[in-house]
Amino acid sequence: MATTPTRPKFELKMGPATREAYGQALVELGTKNPNLVVLDADLAKSTFSAKFQEKFPERFFTCGIAEANMVSISSGLALCGKLTFASSFAVFLCDKGYDQMRTCVAYPRVNAKFCGSHGGISIGEDGPSQQSVEDIALMCALDGFTVLVPSDEFCARALVHRMAEHNGPVYMRTGRAKAPIIYSAQDSFEIGKAKVHGDGRDVAIVACGLEVGYALQAQAQLEEEGIRARVIDMHTIKPLDEAAIAKAASECGAIVSAEEHLLDGGLGAHVAQAVAKSRPVPMEFVAIQDTYAESGTPDQLMEKYGLTAPYIVKAVRSVLKRKS
Amino acid sequence: MSATLVTKVTNNVKLTPAGPRIESTAELKRLANRVRIEIIKMIGAAASGHPGGSLSEVELLAALYFRVLRHDPSNPTWRERDRFILSKGHGCPALYAILAEAGYIDPALLPTLRKLGSPLQGHPDKRMLPALEASTGSLGQGISVGIGMALAARLDKLDYHTFVMVGDGEIQEGQNWEAAMFAPYHKLQNLTVIVDCNRQQLDGFTKDILAVDPLPAKFSSFGWNAVEIDGHNFDEVIPALENARANSSGKPTAIIAHTVKGKGVSFMENNPKWHGVAPKPEEVAAAVKELESAK
Ligand SMILES: Cc1ncc(C[n+]2csc(CCOP(=O)(O)OP(=O)(O)O)c2C)c(N)n1
Repeated sequence: MATTPTRPKFELKMGPATREAYGQALVELGTKNPNLVVLDADLAKSTFSAKFQEKFPERFFTCGIAEANMVSISSGLALCGKLTFASSFAVFLCDKGYDQMRTCVAYPRVNAKFCGSHGGISIGEDGPSQQSVEDIALMCALDGFTVLVPSDEFCARALVHRMAEHNGPVYMRTGRAKAPIIYSAQDSFEIGKAKVHGDGRDVAIVACGLEVGYALQAQAQLEEEGIRARVIDMHTIKPLDEAAIAKAASECGAIVSAEEHLLDGGLGAHVAQAVAKSRPVPMEFVAIQDTYAESGTPDQLMEKYGLTAPYIVKAVRSVLKRKS
Repeated sequence: MSATLVTKVTNNVKLTPAGPRIESTAELKRLANRVRIEIIKMIGAAASGHPGGSLSEVELLAALYFRVLRHDPSNPTWRERDRFILSKGHGCPALYAILAEAGYIDPALLPTLRKLGSPLQGHPDKRMLPALEASTGSLGQGISVGIGMALAARLDKLDYHTFVMVGDGEIQEGQNWEAAMFAPYHKLQNLTVIVDCNRQQLDGFTKDILAVDPLPAKFSSFGWNAVEIDGHNFDEVIPALENARANSSGKPTAIIAHTVKGKGVSFMENNPKWHGVAPKPEEVAAAVKELESAK
């Protein structure tokens, strides 16, 4: 974050989409681990699992447009000791494969991994039938699942490796749109350990996915106004880093959550639960309200549905009014 | 597989390196009868459960566990064991009674069916009973899980076979037909689906709800070897399962087993009432008496 004392202007540089990092990480993993099996449901080019397919065709299964079948097949493979990663668009993987995620994966505690790409509304022009706005809520409601929403390519790549090491079911949401570069290859990531940017004590902004970039922009703008915010990249929604939340609540006394997901059952809801349990402080929520979005460019949609930096700044101002 | 097995003999069951075996059909029939009695007693004691679809499966399960499957009750997680998935999970009382006969579980546990803390959950729960290959209960998913297991066998170059039992009502679930397309395309000759075709489902007769016939033609048109058998006749059941196990045609096998829901208990046979209703104590007594006299 290059800032000057006179003009703390914050510019984000765009990098590849997190879905591209997923494909790259699968290839890295596949090279190391001959036990890795990858599945997709006719969206391999979009989820980037095709990267793995090119390299290891004998360990790649395309299931056709049959997500439910794919989730249950993953379970059978994993029950026989294979390390499986199955992907599709988040909306089809989670919504069409949900009973299978529950019956064949979560409930018997099967060590299978899943990646839903095209999470959120930033997929743009394809419109609401393809935009997953509920995957975090759905996947967090599955017993024993770990739920990840990486913010940039470095975070995504590292977390795919952590997924492979973790024993238990994991869901990762990736995005279609280019993601701002927040980290570097030197940064390390652990499941369940948030990344904290800055030590501001006026307010904490807890964000995931693309919202982390907007939160950092908001942080810079607030700084100009003399408001010192810390940004918490909550790349793991479940299990939530409750310690980081408790610390933020007691040190900042006000919290804003920001996510590209429905208000119901998303990051904000989980953070609010942790805040209520540790140290109740006022909160505001930047999220998609109770609605499906529409077609448009990613930028237009993020703006129209209230998810960009100015909306985070607005939420900070209103939460600060309620701060005691 | 542990070598000690060969020497252990219980209940006329010979424990061979390939798993427990009962050579005589007369002895298999006696076992099937004992299993039916257990099913009635277990469901009666639980005061809930699914007698009809449990009773229809008995010969199929007995033939699998005592003639066809390669397995080792002393080592349920043996990597090269054959897999069996009861996709129609509500039929688990029959499976539990068979697992007790085969030595996987203590027969003293059978009366704990559906009780708090029992490994014999209302539907198969792998967490509680490691001898189960999969947790089931939401119908329509077992064939897909079996495909995963059959693919794993191929990737690992192991020659175990995976068997999946589904109901003829269950086959209405769309996921079965996703799986039915997948398995032949991948030439999974190490996968066999057994349809317990008892002509009934929950609300009544399958033909009155959503007819699924003709099942052999449906499966063969999808690229399966499809065979039809009398699912209560060991002379048909055993060769069909053995052929499926030895299959080298490059196609998966579908065995359409014609069965009678409630088989062996005259007041339950062909009466849809007994899909998911437990017999009362006097009905348990009558059913057990009938089954015992049939021995
Ligand atoms: C997905 C799903 N829907 C509904 C049920 C409720 N249910 C339990 S058994 C059953 C009927 C099953 O019929 P069939 O497969 O023919 O089994 P059988 O007659 O052998 O008992 C139904 C609808 C269920 N377990 N799972």
